[in-house]
Amino acid sequence: MNRIDALFTRLKAENRRALMPFLTAGDPDLATTAVLIPELVRRGANLLEIGIPYSDPVADGPVIAASYHRALVHGVRVGHIFQTLRTLRAEGDEAVRDTPLISMVSYSIVNRMGVDRYLNDAATAGLDGLIVPDLPVEESARLQEKATRRDLKLIQLITPTTPRARAVEIARLTTGFIYYVSVAGITGERKALPKDLKDNVAWLRTQTDLPICIGFGISSPEQVHELASVADGLIVGSALVRRLADAANRPRADLVKEVGDFIGSLAEALGGVEGSQAAGSAARPAQ
Amino acid sequence: MPHPAPPESPAPQALRQTPDALGRFGAFGGRFVPETLMDALNQLSEAYEEAKADPEFRRELEAYWKDYVGRPSPLYRADRLTKFSGGADIYLKREDLNHTGAHKINNAIGQVMIARRMGKQRVIAETGAGQHGVATATACALFGISCTVYMGEEDIRRQKLNVFNMRTMGATVVPVSSGSKTLRDATNEAFRDWMGSSKETHYTIGSVVGPHPFPMIVRDFQSVIGREARAQILEKIDRLPDAVVACVGGGSNAAGIFHPFIEDAGVELIGAEAGGRGGKSGDHASSLTQGKPGVLHGSFSYVLQDDDGQTQDVHSISAGLDYPGVGPEHAYWKDAGRVRYESVTDAEALAAYGESARQEGILPALESSHAIAQAFKEARRLGPGKVLIACLSGRGDKDAYEVARLRGEPIQ
Repeated sequence: MNRIDALFTRLKAENRRALMPFLTAGDPDLATTAVLIPELVRRGANLLEIGIPYSDPVADGPVIAASYHRALVHGVRVGHIFQTLRTLRAEGDEAVRDTPLISMVSYSIVNRMGVDRYLNDAATAGLDGLIVPDLPVEESARLQEKATRRDLKLIQLITPTTPRARAVEIARLTTGFIYYVSVAGITGERKALPKDLKDNVAWLRTQTDLPICIGFGISSPEQVHELASVADGLIVGSALVRRLADAANRPRADLVKEVGDFIGSLAEALGGVEGSQAAGSAARPAQ
Repeated sequence: MPHPAPPESPAPQALRQTPDALGRFGAFGGRFVPETLMDALNQLSEAYEEAKADPEFRRELEAYWKDYVGRPSPLYRADRLTKFSGGADIYLKREDLNHTGAHKINNAIGQVMIARRMGKQRVIAETGAGQHGVATATACALFGISCTVYMGEEDIRRQKLNVFNMRTMGATVVPVSSGSKTLRDATNEAFRDWMGSSKETHYTIGSVVGPHPFPMIVRDFQSVIGREARAQILEKIDRLPDAVVACVGGGSNAAGIFHPFIEDAGVELIGAEAGGRGGKSGDHASSLTQGKPGVLHGSFSYVLQDDDGQTQDVHSISAGLDYPGVGPEHAYWKDAGRVRYESVTDAEALAAYGESARQEGILPALESSHAIAQAFKEARRLGPGKVLIACLSGRGDKDAYEVARLRGEPIQ
């Protein structure tokens, strides 16, 4: 079974939500990425999104765009990233080997490498899925078919600007889970999330059996705690990447600890959620 | 090949086309944008189709083109440039005589009128040389709509006059300090703005680039250049020209002048790209002649990128051509063999700028100087008795400061 399906099956049975940190591969360097991934797993990350640095990321805010830029300036290549992940899968402990890894990658990169080569290299590197934020469903049929053949999930995004009929169609075409974008805008930390976010996710839950994970703008234990009541997973990117950037000049051990502490605080906030309104809950229609 | 193969030898009638439902010109075009923008693009497609079908919209647009922009722009027989080049008769399509000094105003008025129809309160734009920024600021002033223009810091330095003019017309000019601080980075920022503001904001893209329907909309509005040129040359010489030359950055003036000639097999069409300092990566902006099919800013076209799909740095003496991608319809025309694309170096463009000034008393934009430099080569190749039209896409006032600096005679 694909690790993503296995994760959500297990979390559903345990009535728990997934914590999904995002980090940019190669920022500040790949050796740190290789240390960070096991640390984040140890501190409560259930699934990791690995950002493949891209030169022109229009969906990303300044924090992630700057981290992509730093990685590229340091010469990080897609092949280096896959090699790092391959080593982690081979040499990591059981928890690291079992944790789903997803690449967040621009279609420019997938297309240039070639869809088959990208997917083959991703699969052999131990990735379980991919998110291609600049590839809407209209353009993704070929990639979806080829990914499915390799048991890789192609996770699609639904946003507040997606009309409901279109959201239903996207939900039908996605695999693994639905990435629900909390805000109409770019990635980045936000103090307040839209008032209708919970209602929109609750509606979406009536339309699909897939897990729904919320990303964009989530940055604090309080937000994670609040949204855990409606989501199957919560994605935290810029808040983590910013901490990495702020601590970039400190010794690696300090940097890893600081980011680990942050993820630990989020995991604790998630673990502290009582009730059962999310995954596998009564909110989902009976099958 | 990592990309869908372009169609082989498309039938001539397929060359002049409306893109398909996915916005494709053959294998090129499409929509490679975040889901957040898809609804805005669908709404824009719908609004554009409605506007196109509305005779009142067309009438109003043409009235603005005539009485505000000053269309039709003249088609001028440049006898002294013809004599200088020693070949075919050179005619210049004088888009430099438009209000605001370039072809960009044709599209800006059209798009801002669509924004108004859609009830958008705010317009954003990106600009390189500043001409599209000035044109958008002008159209927004004309229709009383708020305007924000993203511009790279390097381009702000090169184009102070246009920045001043945009601000004078009430636009907010936002400096972009990321990356190479040029058009590509300004485009990224404009997309980011639109991601969060599309409900109340229209993004007036300035060239035949970006996700569908922008390449089609911009081409349609700019085709007025080619329609006029075609009618004017028929009137002057009672036949079609032997060749048409235009500069290509994103490719809007070229698409505009080429499109009405695309089915005229006897008319050679030649695009002049920015060859910069030479052929080395990072030293030029020749996307079609040296790039590879790829994705940039929402569209599948030729892109200057490395083996990982990362966009490469580019250079051109002209801020307006300093862009690593190109419109998807140009990619289609290139692969179909209908349009030939050539690189023109900074030095050749500068020389053409000087010759145009000395021979004709016309200061062309540095972008247009690339077309004039290529026109010299084509005129010599074609020889006397043949006729060539070069698109003089804009005037060179904005570039005088940069040319003076390059000559070591900076204007204080």
